[in-house]
Amino acid sequence: MKLTFTKHTLANGLDVLLHEDHACPIVAVNVWYHVGSKNETPGRTGFAHLFEHLMFEGSQHHDRGYFQPLQGAGATLNGSTNADRTNYWEVVPSNALELALWMESDRMGFLLPALTQKKFANQRDVVLNERRQNYENRPYGLAGMAMLASLFPPAHPYHWATIGEIADLHAARLDDVHAFFRRYYHPANASISLAGDIDPEQALALVAAYFEPIDAGDGVARVAVDAALRGETRILLEDRVELPRLYISWLTPAMFAEGDADLDLAADLLANGKTSRLYRRLVFDERIATDVSASQNSREVGGFMQITATAAPGHALPELERAILEELAKVAAGGPTGDEIERGRVQAESQFVFRLQTVGGFGGKSDQLNAYNVFLGDPGYFDRDLERYYAVTADSLRAAVARWLNPSTRVTLSVVPRQRLDLAIPDSTRAAVS
Amino acid sequence: MTAPLAVSVNRDRLPEAGPAAPFTFPPIAKSTLENGMRVWTVRHTQVPLVSFMLLVRRGSAADPRGKEGLAAMTADMLDEGSLGRSSIEMHEALARIGAQFDTDIGPDATLASVTALSRVADRALGLVADIVARPSLTEADFARVRQLRLHRLTQLRDNPAAVADRIFMRLLYGSHPYAHTPTGNEAALQAMTIDDVRAFHANEIRPSAATLVAVGDCEHDAIVRLAREAFDGWRGASAEAEGEDTALPAPARLTVVPRRGAPQSELRIGHVAVARSTPDYHALVAGNMVLGGQFVSRMNLNLREHRGFTYGARTAFDFRRLAGPFALQVSVQTSATAEAIKEAIGEIDGARGSRPITSDELALGVAALTRGYARNFETAEQIARSVMQLALYDLPDDYFAEFVPRIEAVTPADAARVLAAHVHPERLATLIVGDLDVVGPGLLELGFGEPVVLPADTF
Repeated sequence: MKLTFTKHTLANGLDVLLHEDHACPIVAVNVWYHVGSKNETPGRTGFAHLFEHLMFEGSQHHDRGYFQPLQGAGATLNGSTNADRTNYWEVVPSNALELALWMESDRMGFLLPALTQKKFANQRDVVLNERRQNYENRPYGLAGMAMLASLFPPAHPYHWATIGEIADLHAARLDDVHAFFRRYYHPANASISLAGDIDPEQALALVAAYFEPIDAGDGVARVAVDAALRGETRILLEDRVELPRLYISWLTPAMFAEGDADLDLAADLLANGKTSRLYRRLVFDERIATDVSASQNSREVGGFMQITATAAPGHALPELERAILEELAKVAAGGPTGDEIERGRVQAESQFVFRLQTVGGFGGKSDQLNAYNVFLGDPGYFDRDLERYYAVTADSLRAAVARWLNPSTRVTLSVVPRQRLDLAIPDSTRAAVS
Repeated sequence: MTAPLAVSVNRDRLPEAGPAAPFTFPPIAKSTLENGMRVWTVRHTQVPLVSFMLLVRRGSAADPRGKEGLAAMTADMLDEGSLGRSSIEMHEALARIGAQFDTDIGPDATLASVTALSRVADRALGLVADIVARPSLTEADFARVRQLRLHRLTQLRDNPAAVADRIFMRLLYGSHPYAHTPTGNEAALQAMTIDDVRAFHANEIRPSAATLVAVGDCEHDAIVRLAREAFDGWRGASAEAEGEDTALPAPARLTVVPRRGAPQSELRIGHVAVARSTPDYHALVAGNMVLGGQFVSRMNLNLREHRGFTYGARTAFDFRRLAGPFALQVSVQTSATAEAIKEAIGEIDGARGSRPITSDELALGVAALTRGYARNFETAEQIARSVMQLALYDLPDDYFAEFVPRIEAVTPADAARVLAAHVHPERLATLIVGDLDVVGPGLLELGFGEPVVLPADTF
């Protein structure tokens, strides 16, 4: 299985990745900037994401909304920010490729002259509403930030959530926007990929014409940090929820690091889908939980595994915790069955084929090429990425679970209905989130 | 590499798009099996996958009165075991071939879908057939699944968007089959038995109401042969459903579901509008693009980009087999609730009369719908979903070929006419799920009088 491409680097350092696929008369244009909330500092959190919003508010030569000309050309478009990177994409009919490149290059090269206090204030209000909608006014919505704050120490760049702290968003200034743009938004810190109905030679000429005149900018040093949990931390949140929910997290290897694929498959066999061990025991047999899930959240400079389960009415979280730790111990001691490993392999193969279906959008081929290029410097990693999953054995998975999911070094978060502290894990400290 | 092509960059104006690349929707091959089930296939060979969707035209609107949630409960029970295999064994079988399986239920239909590697297409289809045609439907599984659904209903009480959706449908539809969302309600679920599920499956989930759509790296004849074997023994006709529209209520203009301390108000503003079969479909879709159907719509530009009240606002006609709702969905900061409602109703009122849609606005909406049309058919799953729409709404095979020219033919006068015909500002019902203590005082100036106040677990 291959994801074919060519890679070129422009004189100003911008990486250009091209993938040809003429099945549908569309082209995906995908730009990654290697900046996310991990490049922020305490007191200035939420900035990378707020900045992403401002990229849609116009640039020097098109000082109006970014959406209008592209939607008028039949494009779909969006952007997103996470801890490690910010991406922007549009999927355009192939006849509108040059328009997309004009627009992307204008905001890469000429954003600041068009950025006014009024736009800034408006988008800060929008982001505060995004935060209210997706976190503050949503059941269990603050659990994620409470967990990050306990897993990673205050100076660690994964300590805060990408959406940022309310006070920090209020404290942000237009000057900060200018400084942030100069530091992170330039060709030397970016990668652009085009996938779809293109003539590669012509596409490269177009990209070079639009992007090469932009100043390279200074390289950005990679963020390097370490975190370790020395013991078990127990925290709790009271929330407007009916049923209590338990979150258990461990610090784990970074994306693509040794153990990452093992833990990915371990998450599946433990808690994802009706065949998983925890679903069977907690939801199907004992019926002490209404749902259970797990994920290995691998990020660029570190990862964390999280198991989540919601208690059924009449059950408290210690009961769920006991069952989860018992099942974990069984995997750490006995490893997965041959059938579990075989299912993991086949599912990995299917998932990788599914990932070849679309050229654009979040997770499409253009996005994957950029991910491999930005994080590994190797856009051709697709097939070796799949190999990582094929390489997982019963023994390597067992060893990874035993090493990384140690019950004595973890964070346990209880989210309970208001005034129902009796349902939480005992001796939990109230988490401070706003 | 040869000499680079000459590209001249001019930042004084945006580049014009070149001529559009041609796109034609792939042909649909159709057969009907002896049991009445239709088998429709489309060849799509880019990736070695096949996507099956089995559509049965019975959804939550077919729930008998007092048994709200029965269709969804039945859909949930389908993959709980078959032919002596337990629920978990069924899912192990799906996992062993790396298949992605899902069921979905709406007001008008139940859908079981699976996407898998082409080389295991026969096994994937066999499993779908076992799931849909031969489910075990045991008492013990029923008790467990019902309990999970009851827990889910309990949890939804804290989700303001879910509360708004459920109560809004009830306000708009009264005792009509669309008055409840597929989840149903606690009382009906408590009273339900496995015999209800068995009867629903025996009477409604039948081949006469079913269409199997297969899209991927596969031959029509081979799929028909596989389907004939897999669905062997599945017989019977669905009970004639789809009674007439029941009389609709006249909901209060303003209803509040209090949510103390809520940082935002979840809003729904709308009324029952029009069915999918309306001849005004294309003009309504184009007109709604301008009003609230895209990022650059009037509604979103006003509430988000101009005033910063929300993360996003959209209006939609929910086209169904019977008349579906037209509604604005938006969540706004608590302090701006009354003003947001006033602005939103002002935009709806404007688009249908006082500030008619201009030809430039319409041209942008039409272009957004038509120029990128091809991207809706990139993956097997997208194509299958589209073909399924034809089966669900009795649309002709040339529907996709005709879509672009029909949208392009919409004029500003057409848009004005259909919005005036199907949107009625004086009938708009507004629902707020939010902090009544804070938003209450400002609501009076909307001129709707005292709001009706309902608790979150009303229905």
